[in-house]
Formats: sequence, C-alpha cells, structure tokens
Amino acid sequence: MRLLLRAGSPLAALGLWYLLTEHDVVFLLRFDRFPGPGDVLAEFGRQLTTGVYYQDLAQSLVRILTGFVLAAVLGGLLGTLVARSRRAGDLLLPLFELARPVPAIALVPIAILLFPQSEQGIVFITFAAAFFPIMVSTRHAVRALPPVWEDAVRTLGGGRIRVLSGVLLPGILPGVFGGLSVGMGVAWICLISAEMISGRFGVGYRTWASYTIVDYPGVLVGIITIGLLGFLTSGAVELLGRRATRWLPAEART
Amino acid sequence: MSGLSFQIKDLALAYAGRPVLTGLDLDVAAGEILAVAGSSGCGKSTLLRSLAGLLPVAAGELLADGEPIRSTSADRALMFQEDALLPWRSTRANVALPLAIRRMPRAERNARAADWLARVGLAGLERRLPRDLSGGQRQRVQLARTLAGRPRAVLMDEPFGALDAQTRHEMQRLLTEVWNASTTVVFVTHDVDEALLLGDRVAVLGGGGLADLVEVPRPRTSVDPALRARVLAALGAQTLETT
Repeated sequence: MRLLLRAGSPLAALGLWYLLTEHDVVFLLRFDRFPGPGDVLAEFGRQLTTGVYYQDLAQSLVRILTGFVLAAVLGGLLGTLVARSRRAGDLLLPLFELARPVPAIALVPIAILLFPQSEQGIVFITFAAAFFPIMVSTRHAVRALPPVWEDAVRTLGGGRIRVLSGVLLPGILPGVFGGLSVGMGVAWICLISAEMISGRFGVGYRTWASYTIVDYPGVLVGIITIGLLGFLTSGAVELLGRRATRWLPAEART
Repeated sequence: MSGLSFQIKDLALAYAGRPVLTGLDLDVAAGEILAVAGSSGCGKSTLLRSLAGLLPVAAGELLADGEPIRSTSADRALMFQEDALLPWRSTRANVALPLAIRRMPRAERNARAADWLARVGLAGLERRLPRDLSGGQRQRVQLARTLAGRPRAVLMDEPFGALDAQTRHEMQRLLTEVWNASTTVVFVTHDVDEALLLGDRVAVLGGGGLADLVEVPRPRTSVDPALRARVLAALGAQTLETT
C-alpha cells in the first residue's frame, strides 16, 4: 500500500509528461519540440545496445568514486585533526574557511591550468566538491563526541590508539555519514558540470554533446541516467551508513 | 594484587581555571572504602578525576603507592555518574572492554564478562545494546565493566546519583557484595546516609579543603544518628561559610 503511494508521484510526472508532449502543448512552456516518453524510451533502448553508453557510464563512475573516496579519506582525516588539535585548527581552518565558499565548479579554469590532463582536473573538481561537507561534518562530529566515552576508555587502561579506533571512529560515524551523503550529492553536480565543460566521455559530456547535435531524446536519456546514478550512489552511502550506525537509539535514526 | 593506597599532600586543584581545593592532606589506605561527601562545587569530583589521572594537579602532591599520578591507568578505574557505556557495544562487549584493552583472548574475556553480568543480576542480557537497557541496568553494566578489569582502585563519581531510591539501595548492596578487600574504593556522593553506609571513613570536603574526617565502625547495616549529625554539621558549617 505504502509502495503504491510512493510510486504515485513519479507515475504522475510520467503521465503529465506524456500528455504535454503528445498534445504539443504551448502554454508558458513549449512542449512542441520536447521529446515524449516514447521517443526517450526508444532512444534509451538503442543506447543500451551500444558500447559508448557503458563507456560513458564507467568513465563517470570511475571519476566520481576516485574523487569521492579521496575526499572521504582526506576530509575525515583533516576534519578529525582540526577538531582534536588546536594548533592544527589554527593552522588549517583559516584556509579552509576561505576556500569553502568557492563553488567547486568555479575551479574549472584552475583545474585546466594546473593539471596536464583534463581527466585529473575533473577528478579534482569532484574531490573539491565533496571534501568540504565531509571535512566539516567530521569536525563537528568529533567535537560533539561526549567526553565521557573517551574518559571511560582511558581510565580502563586504554591508550591513544584504543581511543582513536574504539571511541572516536565508531562515535563519529553517524555525523560523518551525514557529510558523506551531502558530499556525494554535490560531487555529482560538479562532476556533471565539469564533464559538460571540459570532458571527453562521461555521462555529462554525452548529455551536452547530444544537445549540441540537436538530439533531444539523447539529452533526456543522459539526464535520466544521471538521476539514476545519483540515486544509486546516494542509496549505497545511505545503506552503508545505516549498517554502521545500527546502535543508534530508534529516535536518532532516519 | 592488593589495593592501591593514595597519598594526598598539600594538594591544590583547579577546575576550568578556577581553584576548587587548596592545602588538602589525606591518606587513603590500601583496601579501604573512603566516602567523599560535600555539596556541589566543593571539588569532590575534581579530586576523583585527578586521582584517575584525567586532570592535572595544580600544586602539591598526589601519589598512588608513593608514585606521582601523571596519567590514567587500568589500576585506577573510574565509574561515572552519567551513562558512560559505549552505545555501539553490546553489554557483554562493554564489560569485556578492560579485558580487551589488555588483549585477553576473546573467548576468555567473553566468559568473564558474562560472569560479571550475572553477578550484577543481568544474566541473559549479554547481547543487548545499551539503548535497550533501563538507566539502572546501564549503571549495573558500568559497575561490572569497572570491576571486570580487577583494578587496584575503583573511583566512583556519584555512581548511583541518577537512580531512583529503590535501585539505589540495590546498587549499594550490590557494591558491598562484589567489593573485596583487595580493592581500594574512593566513593564520591552528596548523600550523607550513603556515605555513612558504604564508607570505612567519610571525608567531608568544604571551604576549599577537608572539613571533617569521620571513622565509621563496622558493621554498617544502619546509619548511626550521632555520626550523621557530625557529618551534617561539617557540611552545614561549610555551607554557611560559603553563602
């Protein structure tokens, strides 16, 4: 029953899309040139039989995973460092605070200048997008950790390693996964934009390329593919997060 | 292994940059139960955390078996008033924590943890997570965890303070049952009766130092009204001074 309810809004959108394009509605918005669900489905079916589609898919996935994993590792480590050490915080936070408001996509010219290959530049943009939400949420999670957990482990004889691996790491996971979810979202935004600007291959590049050759069903196939990829990767992060934080009280789980 | 003794000489302690205790002299004998009483803000928790090695000494000497206390140690386990269980560990894994820290093999430490859980009346709840326990049950688990590592001294910071009266009495009885003379206990409380029921001696803190030190003879099945009056007088005198 609930599943039916949840399927309602996507199905309604699909139906509306069909009606608007089937009748070439022109009222405020123009649907006379807009491809209908049937055209898009046919194009999707055609692309699924080509190697290029999978090549683009793999290229985008490799880029996002590389950038995201780098951001998760570095964001987690640096977020922990600036939260635990006042000196590291004094040293690094001013730079982070200055760099953070710059949208990662605005770094495209810099990436083109700095990196010999556009591939590295695109991964850099993806990394920069995901890094800050992950770093900031890690920092907050470390600072919000109840001190009594660490005190307890220390007075039971635990040393620094035990505190880091047995208290800090499990304790910050709920907060860190919030940052990972946000990071994955903005990473996709910036990856697709970067691919559209300077990519060779990749779902974003293909979508823009379809537009430039007036292949509108191809554009929509690209957009739907991007949506599905984003949905699947965010879902994977969410699933991992739930597994890692099963111990949370019911009211703290989302 | 015998209990740890503490030597406190002309000790000054500060909390959050504010001095709370000055010129404190007090010896805690190996294997004794010392209750530390005092109103809130008198520095009793600060003293306990310093004995645990969590807070630095401002001035004077704080020794365990004659050695200066510089950091935390498995010999001096602290039991907290608040819930200090690690919420992602099962009750058994929480109790086994001090044993895991000293790298005891898993099967052995799980067996010992299960024993301790049975001793505090929680047999059968080994696999529960802390979130599925009541406040009183969590404190029982914490008591078991504190004792499971066989520390030479157990430092208790109002461990039953947040519990209802009945659970509190059960926990007090439990503590006297599981306590053995090879462990020194320093027990902080603001409850005068609890101090007189549990402590071999009651140190009353107030006015930035030791207001009174009361010996309580055994057996301690009920509270001696004369001693209660004496402790209350020491507490009262200091309350008047500070207000």
